Amino acid sequence: MNGYGERMASSLKREQFLDLYYYMRLNRSLEDRLVNLFRQNKVVGGLYGSLGQEGTSVGTAYALGPNDWIAPMIRNVGALLVRGFKPRDIFMQYMARYDSPTQGKDGTSHFGDLKVRHVVSPISMLGDLIPVMTGVAMAGRYLGQKIVAMTWIGDGGTSTGAFHEGMNLAAQQKAPFVLVIENNGWAYSTPVSRQVPLKDLADRAKAYGIDSMIVDGNDVVAVYDTTRRAVEQCRAGDGPVIIEAKTMRMRGHAQHDPAEYVPREMFAYWKKLDPVERYEKYLTENKLWDEKAHKQIDDRVDRELTEELEIAENSPLPPAEEASTGVYCEGCHEIEAIWKRPKSEVMPPKSSVAPVWSVAIPGDGDGAQSKSASSAVVTTMAEHFPAGAKSPGNGAGTKTASKSGSKPAPKSARPAAKKTMARKGRG
Amino acid sequence: MSPTKTTAAVESKQVTFLEAIRQALFEEMERDPTVVMIGEDIGVYGGAFKVTAGLLERFGWERVIDTPISETAIIGAAVGMSYLGLRPVAEMQFIDFIACCFNQLTNFAAKSHYRWGAPAPIVVRGPSGGGIHGGPFHSQNPEMYFTHTPGLKVIYPATAYDAKGLMKSAIRDNNPVLFFEHKFLYRRIKEELPEGDYTVPIGKASVRREGRDLTIISYAAMLHTSLEAAETLAREGIECEVVDLRTLLPLDKETILKSVVKTNKLLIVHEDTRTGGIAGEIAAIVCEGAFDQLDGPVMRVTSLDTPVPYSPPLEEQFLPNTEKVVAAARDLAKY
Repeated sequence: MNGYGERMASSLKREQFLDLYYYMRLNRSLEDRLVNLFRQNKVVGGLYGSLGQEGTSVGTAYALGPNDWIAPMIRNVGALLVRGFKPRDIFMQYMARYDSPTQGKDGTSHFGDLKVRHVVSPISMLGDLIPVMTGVAMAGRYLGQKIVAMTWIGDGGTSTGAFHEGMNLAAQQKAPFVLVIENNGWAYSTPVSRQVPLKDLADRAKAYGIDSMIVDGNDVVAVYDTTRRAVEQCRAGDGPVIIEAKTMRMRGHAQHDPAEYVPREMFAYWKKLDPVERYEKYLTENKLWDEKAHKQIDDRVDRELTEELEIAENSPLPPAEEASTGVYCEGCHEIEAIWKRPKSEVMPPKSSVAPVWSVAIPGDGDGAQSKSASSAVVTTMAEHFPAGAKSPGNGAGTKTASKSGSKPAPKSARPAAKKTMARKGRG
Repeated sequence: MSPTKTTAAVESKQVTFLEAIRQALFEEMERDPTVVMIGEDIGVYGGAFKVTAGLLERFGWERVIDTPISETAIIGAAVGMSYLGLRPVAEMQFIDFIACCFNQLTNFAAKSHYRWGAPAPIVVRGPSGGGIHGGPFHSQNPEMYFTHTPGLKVIYPATAYDAKGLMKSAIRDNNPVLFFEHKFLYRRIKEELPEGDYTVPIGKASVRREGRDLTIISYAAMLHTSLEAAETLAREGIECEVVDLRTLLPLDKETILKSVVKTNKLLIVHEDTRTGGIAGEIAAIVCEGAFDQLDGPVMRVTSLDTPVPYSPPLEEQFLPNTEKVVAAARDLAKY
């Protein structure tokens, strides 16, 4: 099968393969319904879609465990669904209804759930989730929870200061944090080539000395598999990973935008790589379903969306006086940390240390950093933008871009000198 | 265990403003393992002003986190940590640098609870204010950017007792709290603090001096200037009531109005620049709530509407001082 090595599928069971299809189909059909609602003037503000990017949202989110944390961006409706939010939540958010997760205080995908689904709400300013999710990862480690935190950023968002500060802190802290760069070709109307002088945005990882991976974002199994590896690496304590998913935004920035700045040939090229259609073909060719099973899922999605939309449409708008409520938490929320390690480890006397840095002294023989052993760049991913390039589906679906940067310098092998003392903490 | 046992302050019961803050951080970390520190040069070095000195040694690398020079990442990470139930205290090396993380504070932290019901219990603290010839980027009073932001709380204490008690309240509060530490006060004021745990409530002003002729409302370093002025004015037979706001957001409107109703005259003194300072807001509150009680115009003594200049004569011109407050109060008393 194009784009999928045999090992890709090895960790998934048949029901999970069908799950991936269910979520992608739900993602797409839900957004179709939202477009209808928008045309009926039932969506209060703007409508942001993820047509063509469903494989990335669903494949990445599906690779996480229930205790892991995510923070979705505007085009990650698929991730919200995987995380257990219902279509009604998204319908009601867009329609500004009282029963929406934010009770009408905010719209779109701007909602979350700290307690059960471990979803942090995004804000509109790009990049800010990166340090926030780094903090989530750090706190999880501090509490002994063994969690991984993940968020997404577009190609455009990689240019923000918050992106850099966040990735640098994550790298310095070796935080269990996965960043998915969803390179969909366009930051609103500006093509990637006019934003960043890089062919692969994964190369940004080199600046932080962390690992990166490049994956065909329209190949849901490859996305799942790559993310799974990144997540496992993080959970093992190897530090953050950047995944670049190459994909394409198949509509404008938002519903009002006809995207006339995108060459028609580019849409045509990516249309052939539609993630849902490709995956349908994959499931058929690998005999993971038959027409009956296919129809069953499609019917289920339609039925659920009809039911969910009815619930959403029956929800009222919020009472006006709610506007002045909830600015502060005045005891309405209980704040509780879930400890998975003894608290005594972070309390004196166990927590006490010698407050001295451990630094390499030039001339020690330790100063020169060892070269990375695995520096080979293996990528047969097609050019992101066509012009005669091969279909990403014809190459391998997922490849590790590089073990970026060099390994950390080995711990000093010589006996502790006067100027250096072993630092017990995380570096 | 008190941190005073590890410092020179042990010989004297008198505790500086700085030491009071350090005690609060120390005691909260001792009390609650969810309290962690994050900032630049706060660990090994103990902070540019040594407010966090000794914390790393006692509480370790995981709880006293030295970061890269990244204010946005510091606040972002603090918010993320708070979502898992930690109570991070983030240091701005100088509060002027809070401008670098404006977005994280005003858009992420401040709106978190209102938008999606996620409390973000973080404290952002740092040295602020002028009078030490720090120049335009190490002397500012940026409290009003944040006092204008619903969802934040803004504390600006004037005494060692309040600094300690309010810091404890800030750490235990479920909301993002900005804690301004006037650096002029760090080692200049001292007082004896009670033994054991105590807190000072957020959002409550304090009447520092009773008087019948006019009310002076102030906070932070300018409280001391105002009290000095009140001393001088008392010798001239003008009895001032001096109110210390302590918290700017939420503002204690009740105490403000009560004092104005008593004295019928109001002078507001702040070190922040004039336009958009808290004086304007207080004047509006008094006009709305006690207009018919006023026997004179609401007056204010503030810094000039300029950046904070570096050279001493320029900075002295820029800042309010006792003479300026006395002169304004005399004018007001004539009404």
